[in-house]
Amino acid sequence: MDLANIYRAEYGRCVATLARLLGDINLAEEAVQDAFTTALQKWQTPPPNPGAWIVTTARNRAVDRLRRESTREARHAQALLLHHQDEPQEVGPVRDDQLRLIFTCCHPALAPEARTALTLRLLGGLEVPEIARAYLVQEATVAQRIVRAKKKIRDAAIPYRVPAGHELPDRLPPVLTVLYLMFNEGYASTAGPLIRTDLCAEAIRLARELAALMPDEPEVLGLLALLLLTEARRPARLDPTTGELVLLADQDRSLWNRALVAEGHDLVRRCLRRNRPGPYQIQAAISAVHTDGAATDWPQVLALYDQLLALAPTPVVALNRAVAVAEVHGPAVALAALEGVDLPGYHRLPATRAELLARLGRDDEARAAYDQAAALATNETERAYLQNRRTELTRDRRAS
Amino acid sequence: MKQYLLSVHYVEGAPTPSDEETQTMFRETGRINDDMQAAGAWVFAGGLTSPDSATVVRADNGTITMSDGPFAETKEHIAGFWVIKCADLDAALAWAERCAAACGPVEVRPFDDLSQA
Repeated sequence: MDLANIYRAEYGRCVATLARLLGDINLAEEAVQDAFTTALQKWQTPPPNPGAWIVTTARNRAVDRLRRESTREARHAQALLLHHQDEPQEVGPVRDDQLRLIFTCCHPALAPEARTALTLRLLGGLEVPEIARAYLVQEATVAQRIVRAKKKIRDAAIPYRVPAGHELPDRLPPVLTVLYLMFNEGYASTAGPLIRTDLCAEAIRLARELAALMPDEPEVLGLLALLLLTEARRPARLDPTTGELVLLADQDRSLWNRALVAEGHDLVRRCLRRNRPGPYQIQAAISAVHTDGAATDWPQVLALYDQLLALAPTPVVALNRAVAVAEVHGPAVALAALEGVDLPGYHRLPATRAELLARLGRDDEARAAYDQAAALATNETERAYLQNRRTELTRDRRAS
Repeated sequence: MKQYLLSVHYVEGAPTPSDEETQTMFRETGRINDDMQAAGAWVFAGGLTSPDSATVVRADNGTITMSDGPFAETKEHIAGFWVIKCADLDAALAWAERCAAACGPVEVRPFDDLSQA
């Protein structure tokens, strides 16, 4: 394992533990970065437990540094370190610390865009330019969001702890949202290449950690299952020669990652046994039906969408449900189901309408809807796909 | 312990509460004050008169000037506030939830560390 991989795997864990030991996120980051710099100079081969080495080194470095400084933060951190002196000299990353840090980064008092940036920076160890590239925003903007969020954590005393059971209904959803959005941005990027595997991998890694830390929260398992089952289909999502988008029905199922499919299905079964359904679990169940057998069982998918719509009556769910309605009851019923669905600026609504209109032979309306969708699509791969569909529509009708 | 300002905001032109609603608000506010005092969180609290009773005082180069009216010509004004002390933001937010239910939107703002020494 090279240092870059160790850094990716251990950075967040080490920062989380140091944040508890020092009581300050900035000091924790500095100490962990110091320790990795030392590792770069000293390691011929990595020690058997690199995380423990980093945490121990970072703590010793922090102690040295704090002794030289006399700021108020330094005195406070020194006091905390003394308080933790009974801990063994050789300390490793503590798993609960990571959970504390996730909940601090995703605190509802922080702006939503700051939560994601902070989570990627502190738990994923991503650098500011990487985060900026992933979200297509200026580096300065990302840096400012992170600085402001850290300042608020300190000034407003946002606590560094795992919320109590009765607080979880309010506090867990923002954490799940951050991981879901992180994966989504990686899977269907706003612009640039359609799929950004680094963001997907990081979201899955953090969702796995969260599931290991909170195995009794079915929505956490549901989110992990959803991400795994979506990730499993990624190898078949783009045509290997043309790079074009391939729809689920046309995908080469032999390309799917079978290990991830099996893991996802297993998680969905665990959720079903708990019988405490939630939006992520139902979406995971839908993904499980899509990845089960040789073809999708659409009536089953539709039943799940009905359940999801009752639980989360959002226009996006209504849109996705309409796709299942088309498969079960035909395009005319699906088109009727889309009446009144309003999603300003979202290309997938006119794109879905275009597909349904095309199937009904209403070509002129279909072309207009494809144009509308292509104009709204921000991702080049998706726009090309929509324009192709429009061209094919014209060609198919001429041929027949 | 940290101190937080919980300020209640009044939006100009918002419908005037009925006598009954006002009574309920006073009653619930009183209850919150009692609970805060019992929990050792209460530092100070008060309601304010309308902003047109405000006077702005300026000291520029030794000259004192006074002018009628609130400092900022906005449609939102602070109508009242609590100053509380508690362990962290989550504790402050828990109080703010009750205050907001009784009085409308509440802004939670931490005091800086220098002023609470």
